[in-house]
Amino acid sequence: MRYLPLTPDDREAMLAAIGVKSIDDLFVDVPEAARLAGPVDLPRVAGELEVERALGAMAARNATAGTVPFFCGAGAYKHHVPATVDHVIQRSEFLTSYTPYQPEIAQGTLQYLYEFQTQVANLTGMAVANASLYDGSTAMAEGVLMATRVTRRNKAVISGGVHPHYVKATETVVHAVGVETEALPAAVDAEADVIARIGPDTACVVVQTPNIFGTATDVTKIAEAAHAAGALLIVVVTEAVSMGLLKSPGEMGADIVAAEGQSIGNALNYGGPYVGLFATRDKLVRQMPGRLCGETVDADGERGFVLTLSTREQHIRRDKATSNICTNSGLCTLAFTIHMSLLGETGLRRLALLNHETAVATRDALKTIPGVEILTPRFFNEFAVKLPRPAAEVVEQLASHHILAGVPYSRLAPEAGMDDVLLVAATETTTEADIKSLASALAKVLAN
Amino acid sequence: MSTMNTVGRPTTPNRVESKPATLTGGRGLLQNEALIFEGDGWGKTGVDLPQPATDGSDLGDLVRRDPIGLPGLSEPETMRHYVRLSQKNHAIDLAIYPLGSCTMKHNPRLNEKMARLPGFSDIHPLQPQSTVQGALQLMDSLSHWLTTLTGMPAVALSPKAGAHGELCGLMAIRAAHRAAGNGLRSDTPRNKVLVPTSAHGTNPATAAFVGYTVVEIAQTDDGRVDLADLEAKLGDDVAAIMVTNPNTCGLFERDILEISRLTHEAGAYFYCDGANFNAIVGRVRPGDLGVDAMHINLHKTFSTPHGGGGPGAGPVVLSEALAPFAPAPWVVNTGDGFQLVEREEDEAEQAFGRLCAFQGQMGMYVRALSYMMSHGADGLRQVAEDAVLNANYIKARLSDVMSAAFPEGPCMHEALFDDEWLKGTDITTLDFAKAMIDEGFHPMTMYFPLVVHGAMLIEPTETESKAELDRFIHAMRALAEAAKAGDVDRFKGAPFHAPMKRLDETRAARQPVLRWTAPDGSNMAAE
Amino acid sequence: MKFTKDHEWVKLDGDVATVGISKHAADQLGDVVFVEVPEIGKTVGKGDSFAVVESVKAASDVYAPVSGEVVEANDALSGAPETVNADAEGEGWFAKIKVSDASQIEGLMDRAAYDAFLATL
Repeated sequence: MRYLPLTPDDREAMLAAIGVKSIDDLFVDVPEAARLAGPVDLPRVAGELEVERALGAMAARNATAGTVPFFCGAGAYKHHVPATVDHVIQRSEFLTSYTPYQPEIAQGTLQYLYEFQTQVANLTGMAVANASLYDGSTAMAEGVLMATRVTRRNKAVISGGVHPHYVKATETVVHAVGVETEALPAAVDAEADVIARIGPDTACVVVQTPNIFGTATDVTKIAEAAHAAGALLIVVVTEAVSMGLLKSPGEMGADIVAAEGQSIGNALNYGGPYVGLFATRDKLVRQMPGRLCGETVDADGERGFVLTLSTREQHIRRDKATSNICTNSGLCTLAFTIHMSLLGETGLRRLALLNHETAVATRDALKTIPGVEILTPRFFNEFAVKLPRPAAEVVEQLASHHILAGVPYSRLAPEAGMDDVLLVAATETTTEADIKSLASALAKVLAN
Repeated sequence: MSTMNTVGRPTTPNRVESKPATLTGGRGLLQNEALIFEGDGWGKTGVDLPQPATDGSDLGDLVRRDPIGLPGLSEPETMRHYVRLSQKNHAIDLAIYPLGSCTMKHNPRLNEKMARLPGFSDIHPLQPQSTVQGALQLMDSLSHWLTTLTGMPAVALSPKAGAHGELCGLMAIRAAHRAAGNGLRSDTPRNKVLVPTSAHGTNPATAAFVGYTVVEIAQTDDGRVDLADLEAKLGDDVAAIMVTNPNTCGLFERDILEISRLTHEAGAYFYCDGANFNAIVGRVRPGDLGVDAMHINLHKTFSTPHGGGGPGAGPVVLSEALAPFAPAPWVVNTGDGFQLVEREEDEAEQAFGRLCAFQGQMGMYVRALSYMMSHGADGLRQVAEDAVLNANYIKARLSDVMSAAFPEGPCMHEALFDDEWLKGTDITTLDFAKAMIDEGFHPMTMYFPLVVHGAMLIEPTETESKAELDRFIHAMRALAEAAKAGDVDRFKGAPFHAPMKRLDETRAARQPVLRWTAPDGSNMAAE
Repeated sequence: MKFTKDHEWVKLDGDVATVGISKHAADQLGDVVFVEVPEIGKTVGKGDSFAVVESVKAASDVYAPVSGEVVEANDALSGAPETVNADAEGEGWFAKIKVSDASQIEGLMDRAAYDAFLATL
């Protein structure tokens, strides 16, 4: 087997050095009843070519975003990733290293984590960011838990504009810990409705901007209302590029930002791995979950970086940890930080504007189609339309014409009674021809 | 004969005794590299994008006006920056990386190639299911491999790392108890989870997180679960036990069948931490041991890269009793295609919810399946055998100069030493580890498990050749002899030859500096 | 000065007890990097966790050796946690508690008894 270096002679020599006769002698602690006599019922060893054929055949059955007019968003976005990014993250020293527990020989990882934390803090407009969480949805759950620790209150009020899967993932986890949630009904443009729901037991208010329907909102007033009641404001962002054009959550008064960073540097990957961005205010840092990298000096006084404040984490605090998280999204974090280093502020702002322009052009092309109603008043690169027919059906029909037209809202929340709502996203990768194809095909499908 | 114009160029090196420090901070191939924020990248970009036609003014006050604070680098500067950083990292591709319990094995590049096929990497999690049948087939196929290898009937793929898998398993257990009417809040609540003292920190953290009271089970002198103590603590208030097998001391729990029998008799579930599954894959099926739930770290046993700390993936295999409580989503093979069930209401009302926005770590599924298919059932069995053989070889070759924590009998995939042998040398486990760095090796796991004083946990994995093991053993023996010979300075100040000397962790924690800010305080970010 | 088996010390002055962790505990923790002291006005029961002390390698809860109301907290520790290492049983005090039942202190160890207890560990 090509990944196993030991030869039969090596094995013999090593068994002799250990002082046993056969490999079975090393498995004597396994109860006899549980020892398998031979290989389980699965295929045998396969060469690279065979594996490539088998997996290649599976891959070939999927319609890829890059080969069709593509308008899916709803928490995962198709962006162009510079070639440099994938090259660097495959370098052995990054790909095949572990968590930087020995800082003397892990400064490469630690320095990029420190740069990542700074980029995320600045992007979100917050004071500090951690070294990432699993993804945006788990970051939101961690944000709610953190808010309950900070305020010693037990309830989260969630806007009707938050991604339904984020709400579900958060509720699953926080309900397990006994935290209550009040999720408001789905609404295209009603973030301010959360204000009326804030009470003395509210630990936090969770709003998303741009929200699941694409609506961008200035949440400053919501922050003020939350703070007046002693609650925290958590701002969820599922499209990180939007922060290159829109006011940052920090500027609008967020206490915690839980965001999905996939858009920067990371492929769609059918949903993962992605990278959860998590940022907060200075004074809340000791309540923050996840890994943190900090600056220090070595014995010679040279600047260096280490993982720090790790007493918050599970391997020391065990059953008193702030969270049970053990990993971050290391390599996805690196991809984010390289892409962001290439973009810089100049590139990011330009990228964000291009996204917005393309989405506006898409909206303009769709709004003239009979029966199509644009629902989203202000948006970044995604908007919702109301169709005269169930959106899921229309999407299927367009898919059979090799157009991926977007995400039916009903797929995320079938109970919401919004079967006719379609979420449409456009990015810098969307061409004029793509927009024309979508508009004409949609018009045709709706006319039938 | 002609003479070439090389007059004056010496062809033999001079011998010089002193080693002057460099003048600029660079050291040979090791470049002194500033933060990206400390260069002249403000306003620059390394991406050629068209000039936008508008300025976003249609969004009015929503537009971000203040500077963001993100420098940009051209492509060559970007390459230099990250390549320079990379050269300050140790990596498996460089040398053995014997971190016990972390399973630093070779990461096959075929896995990377497969995961980057556009058919897997360039598909959206919410595309119509008719357009991603191959992706669902891959998830189904991975599930088949995982359930067959573990002898368990079901698997929840979506947990994003080992600890997330533990959360998944314990929540399934909690849901099962609740469905049976003896949940946390019932009159006779099952509110305790038993965890051995040697467990990884995530076990008690997860149990407490889900609302259980953690009760520790004692360990016997030979490093295993104390059956008498377990039996005494099992009762109708216990929801589950969480046992790592092979355990964190690198030993197989000999009484595992008795442990699961007692657990089930008490009405509790058996959660197995599968972090060490690589030691037994293909030779032992956890299902045959009575396990009810076990997470599998795809980044350990199945070689998906650790990537400097992630991303991981932690699918959880489940017994018949727990399978109905698995979280959404899951894949169903309908006979004429694959269906992704995304709403628990659709099928099984008992599902406990959802753990993340989408389907989990698809990119890791592809890599893990590529690895499994490459090995096949026979190759995976060989993986376990070679991993165990390598660890026992190290144990055998080092036991005369170091003290094995459990000298009797074989270990499984990792060899555990304590610091008894360092007594009287004034050298600690940490000092010894740092001296290993100078010899070109990544240290083993230190001070874990907590139950062994000054623990040194060495896990070579099956992908080390005998030659590399011998090189490692030679270095360890040389260091051990130096330690015993009183060569204290070699250890106390180590590492001397790494990119950095020992770092001041106290300073980092007392005055945390967690981000770059401009020296003059004119940082452009908020607060 | 009296000591608990959890390595807190307590010194009574009138009905106000000053509370901290013993030098032995501070030495065991290593370099202290963070201390969370209780809020003034908080009522604590004997044995309740009322403060947190963290070093680089460990985090520990500190238990109230006596019941009562927190009347003063050593806020200086937040900016200078190293004081706990330098002077655990003096300047490194954590909080002052107005004692509700002074008899609780009588059950604690004196210095000699605590030293003897440490010798058994």
